[in-house]
Amino acid sequence: MIQESAVRPPLVLGDKTYSQMTEDIMKPLETKPNLLWFGAFSIAALVMTMGFALIGYLFVTGTGVWGLNKTVGWAWDITNFVFWVGIGHAGTLISAVLLLFRQKWRTSINRAAEAMTIFAVMCAGIFPVIHTGRPWLAFWMLPLPNVHGSLWVNFNSPLLWDVFAISTYLTVSLVFWYIGLIPDIATVRDRAEGLRKKIYGALAFGWNGSARTWARYEVVCLILAGLSTPLVLSVHTIVSFDFATSVIPGWHTTIFPPYFVAGAIFSGFAMVHTLMILTRSIFKLEEYVTMYHIELMNIVIIITGSVVGLAYGTEFFIAWYSGVEYEQYAFLNRAFGPFAWAYWTMITCNVITPQLFWFNSIRKSAVATFIISIFVNIGMWFERFVIIVTSLHRDYLPSSWAMYSPTFVEIGIFIGTFGLFFTLFLLFAKTLPVIALHEIKTVLKTSGEKYKQAAASRVEKGSAGESPVMPEISLARKPQQETEI
Amino acid sequence: MSKNFLLGVYDDEQPVLKAVNELRIKGIRVYDVYSPFAIHGMDDAMGIKRTRLTVAAFIYGVIGCTLALSMMIYMNIFDWPINIGGKPAFMGPDFIPVTFELTVLITALGMVGTFLYVSRLAPGIEGNLIDPRVTNDRFIIAVEIKNEEIRRKTEDILKSYGSLEIRERVTEK
Repeated sequence: MIQESAVRPPLVLGDKTYSQMTEDIMKPLETKPNLLWFGAFSIAALVMTMGFALIGYLFVTGTGVWGLNKTVGWAWDITNFVFWVGIGHAGTLISAVLLLFRQKWRTSINRAAEAMTIFAVMCAGIFPVIHTGRPWLAFWMLPLPNVHGSLWVNFNSPLLWDVFAISTYLTVSLVFWYIGLIPDIATVRDRAEGLRKKIYGALAFGWNGSARTWARYEVVCLILAGLSTPLVLSVHTIVSFDFATSVIPGWHTTIFPPYFVAGAIFSGFAMVHTLMILTRSIFKLEEYVTMYHIELMNIVIIITGSVVGLAYGTEFFIAWYSGVEYEQYAFLNRAFGPFAWAYWTMITCNVITPQLFWFNSIRKSAVATFIISIFVNIGMWFERFVIIVTSLHRDYLPSSWAMYSPTFVEIGIFIGTFGLFFTLFLLFAKTLPVIALHEIKTVLKTSGEKYKQAAASRVEKGSAGESPVMPEISLARKPQQETEI
Repeated sequence: MSKNFLLGVYDDEQPVLKAVNELRIKGIRVYDVYSPFAIHGMDDAMGIKRTRLTVAAFIYGVIGCTLALSMMIYMNIFDWPINIGGKPAFMGPDFIPVTFELTVLITALGMVGTFLYVSRLAPGIEGNLIDPRVTNDRFIIAVEIKNEEIRRKTEDILKSYGSLEIRERVTEK
């Protein structure tokens, strides 16, 4: 076993054993949910129902019920789409990129973050579909043979790339998540009785913990992580192409792909905070999702928040440096035009508030982190609103300049997607383990509090002359002959 | 034909790893090890061959890439070319995103499908669970017993690494 530095804070607090970890993480699944859960669930379900009712109203009456006009043809819908897709990115980042980098702290949060990814992408998918105006013809976006010739889809269009990117992203994330869940569902199965055992038994795919399966399993997870890493970068890159390949001043910039990806990770980590800080206190998981986890995520937020801030500055500089009047006006209009309030909300929430995490006391406080995460969520929504609406509302022809304000339908549908998101998340937290049990068990011996303390005291005793490294011989590399009797 | 198995039950992964190593050095074939999580180094200790799933993944990737490119070239160049300002119909860079996405999609689905197939995992499958505790906190070494000598040797080794219990199990096959 490789020893970990004693200075590094533990990832699992308290004196835990493997069975104790199983008990702790299975507890929310096996006990009746408390009043808080029921309250949250009813509110979320109610909000979700309202959202779907408004979508129904939209279908019956048409997109005229939205506040869009001839000049501003994209507004809340696409803002919400980019917002939700961006949220999803943190989940994949935690589960895939941190797996490739062998970061042990991901084990406490990856399951919930991946679930968040899937639910967020589901919410995102709603918007382009309803924005098509005739959602029952949404299958026209797929390259299917048809009676018109066949008239195929246009593979030169970034909007079509988006169809492929988002559906691939949803599918691969779902598969990755489920593969990670199988061993844990088996744990639920082996603790359950009756019908419950049957259901989880069917979902566990007959998992039996065999070393041969584990060996393949690890390889599959590694390859899926390797695939998901470029995938997640490609998804928001392609989303940014929806804008960057157009000729609208304010959109037509080469900085968009990295800027969107950084923003996506930034907003995604904020949403992980919003969810995990609530989840850990509702389900009493503070020993697994520790302040150290929160602090590490806060560091990611500072970095990506600073990248986003730098991107805002670069955009302004390039607008001036390019010498293109339209481009310059688009940016001046953003900061000082009629939508200046949105722009400065964005700057405050995205550039200024995350910088508070440089203070030790704020970075290590759950309450402060929660509050700032809400600010970042708001700020990142406004970023997309600012990019989309302020670039469109004053176009080349001043006679067609217009303002945009949402109607209750747009607002209601957006709030409704939050209902959908939280309903799904609450159901997930009640039916499946929110922490990847089989993964967090692997870090217990190296990063559990008790084990770290024991290792540290061994080092102190051994300082008289013994090697501070645990006298454990690695068995893995011992030459062996294949023999059998 | 029925098979006889000797099962050594442990509560920690380190002795399991050592016992498996010892068994192999003594020339006894370890049938399988059951554990609640992946034990690092177990595949080497047991002498499990490196899985060829990586090769399968590569092949699926090539298939996905070819499929995506041939689909787009057929649809947008041969079957119904779109004239966009007289530009050539084959616009290489435009085909990259969809090619990439479909490569990833088919690789992921194909590889996971293959993994489930070779590992005998599917929804509703009963599975051959040796003990319900292996998904919680127990580690079990299973050794097939072909004669008395193996039984004696195995039992000694399993005990010397501190097994909590040693059980016998007969399976009909």
